Amino acid sequence: MSEAGFRFRVGDPVRVRPGPPEAHCRTPAYLRGRSGVILKTVGIYRNPSQLAFHKPGLPTRPLYRVRFRHQDVWPARRVKASDSIVADLYEHWLEAEAPATGV
Amino acid sequence: MSGDHQHHHHDHDHAPIVDPEGPASENEILETALRELLIDKGVLSAADVHHQIDLMDSRNPALGARVVAKAWTEPAFRARLVAEPLETIEAAFGMPMSGPVELSILENTPDVHNVVVCTLCSCYPRMLLGIPPAWYKATAYRARIVREPREVLAEFGLELSESVEVRVSDSTADLRYLVIPMRPRGTEGWDAAALAGLVTRDCMIGTAVPTLRDG
Repeated sequence: MSEAGFRFRVGDPVRVRPGPPEAHCRTPAYLRGRSGVILKTVGIYRNPSQLAFHKPGLPTRPLYRVRFRHQDVWPARRVKASDSIVADLYEHWLEAEAPATGV
Repeated sequence: MSGDHQHHHHDHDHAPIVDPEGPASENEILETALRELLIDKGVLSAADVHHQIDLMDSRNPALGARVVAKAWTEPAFRARLVAEPLETIEAAFGMPMSGPVELSILENTPDVHNVVVCTLCSCYPRMLLGIPPAWYKATAYRARIVREPREVLAEFGLELSESVEVRVSDSTADLRYLVIPMRPRGTEGWDAAALAGLVTRDCMIGTAVPTLRDG
């Protein structure tokens, strides 16, 4: 069961929307189009891409901590270690991803 | 342009060399004008401005180190700290912590080493650690720590086993991050004050770990 207000649950595989870039969206370009897993549901916040322009930031957006494997973000580097990147991303930048096989 | 030593480019850091008697920069003029207008219009007072500067100066890595040492020595405090960081620090240390952003605790374990960055700007747990170091705000650190974390950590003198997950937290939204490093071996029986002396600013960003120098 999902937590109230959150579309995704801890452990869900997600993909960051590939773009297009939007002013002050707080979703870094290097993570766009990359796949990760929900690590934590953080809370419900006002939308930063509206707040940046002195708008109310509504509707509010669920915020998640999303964990990406380093090798999935930078495949060309061929890093073997289980290193990871964790970022805080708003729900409207995430889409559901089919579970990866062999993980 | 060789021979132009007035505007040379180089790759080492130093503070901008400023002539204290030189003309004010555009940003300095803007700050002064805005501050004077706000004071003239009664939005805030000169005392408010100085109070805020004093408050910011009172936040520094020594405060963070006391929080870490207390977390090491008091498991109940640690549990509360992880659950409700700002409320717990405020209650234990008597310093007001509430503000527009939240604090989240990243606990290092034998399997996970945490490092903090803000690739988009320079978000930093200022309410606890004060002003961030210049390198934290530099493009080189922000770009490289997410792309080649082990290489960057090695340049800080920190080499970690391949079996440890280096987890880089990018402060992209409304949370700021404080790393609680692992308590070093050989500090059994130390009191919180002695332990706090081992916890440097970089330990709480994740670019260092506490060590016993004379051990």
